Amino acid sequence: MLEQYMPIIVLLGVALVLAIILMSLSRIVGPFRPNKTKLNPYESGMDPVGQARDRYSIAFYLVAMEFIVFDLEVVFIYPWAVAFMQHGVGTFFAMVVFIVILFIGLIYTLKKGTLDWDMKNIKFEATKN
Amino acid sequence: MTEITITSYIILGTALFMLLNSAAVAVYAERRIAGRIQNRVGPNRVGPFGLLQPIADVLKLILKEDVTPHNSYKLIHTIAPIIPVVTALMTVAVIPFGEGIYATDINAGVLYLLAVASLGVYGVTLAGWASNSKYSLLGGLRAAAQMISYELPLGMAVASVVLFVGSLSVVDVAVAQENWWFVFLNPVGAIIFIIAAFAESNRTPFDLVEAEQELVGGFHTEYSSMKFGMFFLAEYMHVVINSMLMTTFFFGSYHLPFAGYWLPEMGTAAKAILDITVFTGKTAFFVFLFIWVRWTIPRFKFNQVMKLGWSRLLPLSIINFIVIAGILFFFFNG
Repeated sequence: MLEQYMPIIVLLGVALVLAIILMSLSRIVGPFRPNKTKLNPYESGMDPVGQARDRYSIAFYLVAMEFIVFDLEVVFIYPWAVAFMQHGVGTFFAMVVFIVILFIGLIYTLKKGTLDWDMKNIKFEATKN
Repeated sequence: MTEITITSYIILGTALFMLLNSAAVAVYAERRIAGRIQNRVGPNRVGPFGLLQPIADVLKLILKEDVTPHNSYKLIHTIAPIIPVVTALMTVAVIPFGEGIYATDINAGVLYLLAVASLGVYGVTLAGWASNSKYSLLGGLRAAAQMISYELPLGMAVASVVLFVGSLSVVDVAVAQENWWFVFLNPVGAIIFIIAAFAESNRTPFDLVEAEQELVGGFHTEYSSMKFGMFFLAEYMHVVINSMLMTTFFFGSYHLPFAGYWLPEMGTAAKAILDITVFTGKTAFFVFLFIWVRWTIPRFKFNQVMKLGWSRLLPLSIINFIVIAGILFFFFNG
């Protein structure tokens, strides 16, 4: 059974070796003349201001959280999709209930605006007067 | 499920070699077709019709200096370009190219394809984070948000194919399409899959990850020489791989349309040649589609991308899945 996975492991090894060889080629063949300006991160020709790893929009975190919930739904669906024809009506409606609950959750989160990137509904304090 | 023999490894090696070459061919095709679409000639100086242009490009990339910015996270900066290339290459193991022509037939092939495909997001995101450049970070964040968002409709579209097959083996998916391609049975799923595949491979109209006009180079702003070349190679390999997946899941794999009804019995060698030709032809068409769309449609804004993914494609794919499951269960259960 598990020997079916042998070619995949061989392929992983070959792909890794290939990628590392390709990448070290330019280290070996190419020139290496670093200086301070060259090693600065690019910022449109200016001296870089501060660190790049700064605070960023909370919307990215929300997308990641939503993703985990719905990706688990997709993973749960696969085994059911393989076998549902061999089982009874109960199995079918169990999955319908599961999907409907998550679907209501999706509509709730969309209506709540967690995935709203339009910035229309965000009120800025400074612009009030 | 067949034994793993020396033939499997020969097929694997050939497929790997062809995939690497097809990336080069795709680069050349993209530049030539872009030239045609924009009413110019495109590269035609290196070799006959400019066919040696990809080799010249790679040579130039190798001979350039490999710069790592001084505040970057050196280890991750070096590892990041390897990830997309390796994950792109690894998909090739389970794809059937013809009747009986595949490296291995694992019983979780579809899950394997999805798992390997979703690992690709790490390369882009880590590259953006490790570079310590603001443009790179923005590109990497966008990449992470976009690629995980479109993975859900992609997964649901593939699940709606699994409903018809009743197996997670990719070979069974291909065999099940001998008479009816799944694009005829499941057109909504096919459209969702194509859109999501465009977003997953970060191609226009979803190329916000590198958006030259706003983010310089996006996640690969701080990459040079062959490290940049790896991202470049991976992008085109993902185009080819996604074309193969579209062919395999929805467009009949190696079968001609309705082949089961009219195609006469053939010898093994003739069938193998026909199968591989048909598969390659379909894949080439989808690579052309990727290029065609890139030079025709402008880029979305990021809020439009997220809106399309979460409030259009995801609900549509869930409804499509449950409707197909209902129809199959109540009308074709016998």
